[in-house]
Amino acid sequence: MRTDLAVIGAGPAGLAAALAASARGVRVALVDAATQPGGQFYRQPAAALGAGRPEALHHRWRTWERLRDGLAASAVRALTDHHVWSVERTPDGFTVHALLGPDQQEPAEVHARAVLLATGGYEQVLPFPGWTLPGVVTAGGAQAMLKGALVVPGRRAVVAGTGPLLLPVATGLAAAGVEVAALVESAAPRRLARHAPALAGKLTEGAGHAARLLRHRVPVLTRHTVVRAHGDDGLTGVTVAALDAQGRVRPGTERHLPCDTLATGHGMLPHTDLAESLGCRLDGLTVAVDPEQRTNVPGVWAAGEATGIGGAALALAEGHIAGCSAAAHLHDTAPAPEPSVVHLHDTAPAPGPSVIHLHDTAPAPGPSVVYPPGTAPAPEPSVVHPPGTAPGPEPAAHPPGTVLGPAPAALKARTRLARSAAALESAYAPPVHWPEQITDDTVICRCEEVTAGAVREALDLGAGDERTVKLLSRAGMGWCQGRMCGTAVAALAGCAPTPAKRPFARPVPLGVLARQHPQEGQS
Amino acid sequence: MSESLTCDVVVVGAGVVGAAAALYAARAGLDAVVVDRGPVAGGTTGAGEGNLLVSDKEPGPELELALLSARLWADLAREGLGRAVEYEAKGGVVVAGTDRALAGLEKLAAEQRAAGVEAVPVPPDRLTDLEPYLTPGLAGGVHYPQDAQVMPALAAAHLLRASKARVLTGREVTGVLRGPDGAVCGVRTDRGDLHAPAVVNAAGTWGGEVAARAGVSLPVLPRRGFVLVTEPLPPRIRHKVYAADYVADVASDSAALQTSPVVEGTPAGPVLIGASRERVGFDRSLSLPALRALAAGATGLFPFLAGVRAMRTYAGFRPYLPDHLPAIGADPRAPGLFHACGHEGAGIGLATGTGHLIAQVLAGRTPDLDLGPFRPDRFTEEAE
Ligand SMILES: Cc1cc2nc3c(=O)[nH]c(=O)nc-3n(C[C@H](O)[C@H](O)[C@H](O)COP(=O)(O)OP(=O)(O)OC[C@H]3O[C@@H](n4cnc5c(N)ncnc54)[C@H](O)[C@@H]3O)c2cc1C
Ligand SMILES: Cc1cc2nc3c(=O)[nH]c(=O)nc-3n(C[C@H](O)[C@H](O)[C@H](O)COP(=O)(O)OP(=O)(O)OC[C@H]3O[C@@H](n4cnc5c(N)ncnc54)[C@H](O)[C@@H]3O)c2cc1C
Repeated sequence: MRTDLAVIGAGPAGLAAALAASARGVRVALVDAATQPGGQFYRQPAAALGAGRPEALHHRWRTWERLRDGLAASAVRALTDHHVWSVERTPDGFTVHALLGPDQQEPAEVHARAVLLATGGYEQVLPFPGWTLPGVVTAGGAQAMLKGALVVPGRRAVVAGTGPLLLPVATGLAAAGVEVAALVESAAPRRLARHAPALAGKLTEGAGHAARLLRHRVPVLTRHTVVRAHGDDGLTGVTVAALDAQGRVRPGTERHLPCDTLATGHGMLPHTDLAESLGCRLDGLTVAVDPEQRTNVPGVWAAGEATGIGGAALALAEGHIAGCSAAAHLHDTAPAPEPSVVHLHDTAPAPGPSVIHLHDTAPAPGPSVVYPPGTAPAPEPSVVHPPGTAPGPEPAAHPPGTVLGPAPAALKARTRLARSAAALESAYAPPVHWPEQITDDTVICRCEEVTAGAVREALDLGAGDERTVKLLSRAGMGWCQGRMCGTAVAALAGCAPTPAKRPFARPVPLGVLARQHPQEGQS
Repeated sequence: MSESLTCDVVVVGAGVVGAAAALYAARAGLDAVVVDRGPVAGGTTGAGEGNLLVSDKEPGPELELALLSARLWADLAREGLGRAVEYEAKGGVVVAGTDRALAGLEKLAAEQRAAGVEAVPVPPDRLTDLEPYLTPGLAGGVHYPQDAQVMPALAAAHLLRASKARVLTGREVTGVLRGPDGAVCGVRTDRGDLHAPAVVNAAGTWGGEVAARAGVSLPVLPRRGFVLVTEPLPPRIRHKVYAADYVADVASDSAALQTSPVVEGTPAGPVLIGASRERVGFDRSLSLPALRALAAGATGLFPFLAGVRAMRTYAGFRPYLPDHLPAIGADPRAPGLFHACGHEGAGIGLATGTGHLIAQVLAGRTPDLDLGPFRPDRFTEEAE
């Protein structure tokens, strides 16, 4: 199919982007691998389960409903079950190459003038002895089980690792009736306090979770870590220990906690595969973007966790800004500079003169503003400035071809949330010395079953980074292509993790590639 | 922190060629230090495939070097390194789709046989005895039992370990030291000088840069190649299999994309399909056209591969010299400087022979092969 803008990823960022662009008259295809839009955050319990929604998700639920209804009312083409394996630059734009799920054998292509990468992130888990036992799940996995299928992973759980995601996972499990034996967080509470100003928003969210933890009598062990998971065919318990100021295990503080489930996570990493093979500049491990969420590759925008881990509200704000910018550029105008025309009420109609409809004369269907009120923290007064009366820029800056700029609330929210995300990231860091706890027989790369001993042998042979460890030990060569073990391998190698080169975001059948070969196509 | 070291020979480059040079130098009784700005096998050695081919070479100096190298690889495998470097003497099968291609292939095979290569013609109806999953309807092929395979990164690492040479990684050679008489007396690195009466330039694709740091020119250029790697499969492809037009590509002077995939299984299960050949400088960006051509070639040889997934692809830059032969031997323009680079798409295969010959020269012995065709200063003369 052909479209103006292909948005890849239908999480909060992609949804907000698609709705913002569509409301500005751009033809949008919203492409996602999952069977429903929503991404990680709005992963929905299958409707048929008719679940009473967890109270903790209440206000998000309203935001989600708005996004969902906005999508249904919009002209956005939602392409679910589309696993994008590559985005190719073409003379007139881009071709998004996807495989149709769940088999991922049949190809589908979307031709677009511009692409917006909202591919989100994936959870990071650092290994420790015993982490491969059945009963050890990722924090996100536990959450997904609760949210998606309403399955309770076990009866007595420990939630461990580091990062703000552990809190909702612990409260979610507790609310679902699981006995949570402990929430084990390796960061020190003091570090969080130090970042309090920047974290204001997060802390209130956190405070809510803390209250719930208290209510469910969940013991919280900060500056502690799981040193080992025990069991033969399944998890029977974990050993936890206190960490000293340097992040080393304090001898003699080990204690055993019986449990049948361990939900563990160490933060998130952005999906940058598609951006990287498009040639987008990365900033460390994230896609680098400008204030309009543009990458350095013309025609490519990025938003949400792909550009940095910061939570759903930040993803929404970035997505909205990116969608507005893409629309403006597709209309061949710069986005209207801030402050611009703002609608924070879903009910406000799209003002005719300032919105350009490229392809037909119909007004943008559905809500013209897709930055949902619930997600715009510190909401500005919802003003609607008739075109030409907006304060600031001269009417000349809003010629008839001008497209609505992003909601100032979104811009403000992005600034504030990005700051707290940076603070969170520095507060929640895995213990510096965690590799010391890894015994030689601990499996590091689960796909290829490479142990820490084998990684250390590769280092001894002269490997010096993730790539050469992979070459000499096979760690990271398997199905997940090092997404799971990359950080651990880098840490064992004593170097900073680098973005791995994964030219295929998904494995692609050779037949699909071959059929695209010109000579093959003829025969 | 600067450190000054003295040894008999400094080898610049911890790729497979530097590793082999270190190994044979050590066996010749020399104290070698290997220095690399990256880790071991971080250059092209970690970005290619491990075909040790005699089958793709026309009679001439490169084939002689390949035959010598093949013997040395087999010796190393016998001495106990075989498992560590994943050496497999699996043989190659070259197939021809048309009678015309077959005629060309058989002519080449005859010339190769005269030069000492084992090359056994295979009629079309016997091809599936060797490779049961080959596409039907091929015109015929030739079986090359001497073709073999190693895992290149493991080969470099284990050759280095066996050499017992000191290996200094993460250290860049920034200059080549020359005495008042012009003779080379070591290298300057970003972390101190290394003193030695001999320096071996085994910097692969960057060999021209290192040569320039010694004040001499060597026109090594990059030639990009992509490899496709499939999901792990049960062993189905037994040999190195490729189509006869591959030989034409290797010798080609065209800068345009040429593809003729070598298809091979690996001990770990994935099938490797490679490699494309393009001269596009050091451009790393993904080229779907190159990958499509590789996939089309591979599925053309083995139709079952159409349903097999490519897990990943990677690119490397072969070091090539204008006449497609490596530079091996002493550089008369800088006494004490030796070159062992520019092996293009055959550096893994040719590493052992190259290391052996360099060690002979370093030790003042007469090399087993005439190094004339590999003279490092041969391009300077042309320019004059
Ligand atoms: C366990 C857990 C708990 C969390 N709790 C909170 C919380 O309490 N508060 C909070 O603010 N945040 C929370 N988050 C974070 C929140 O989920 C993210 O911040 C948010 O989802 C990011 O939105 P996004 O749109 O950037 O990406 P995502 O929501 O991750 O969406 C990305 C989408 O892209 C799709 N995609 C990726 N690659 C491809 C491809 N190649 N082809 C096709 N589709 C692709 C994916 O299928 C996915 O739907 C939590 C996350 C987890 C894992
Ligand atoms: C896609 C592809 C497929 C291939 N397939 C095959 C095959 O099947 N069979 C085969 O035989 N060959 C193959 N090759 C070719 C083979 O990989 C190369 O010829 C070989 O690896 C060259 O080895 P090298 O040791 O000379 O170079 P490299 O492995 O590149 O080593 C050179 C080293 O020098 C170091 N260096 C450079 N400059 C400096 C400096 N100033 N200071 C310190 N260190 C420095 C680099 O860091 C590098 O580690 C293939 C190549 C490619 C790209």
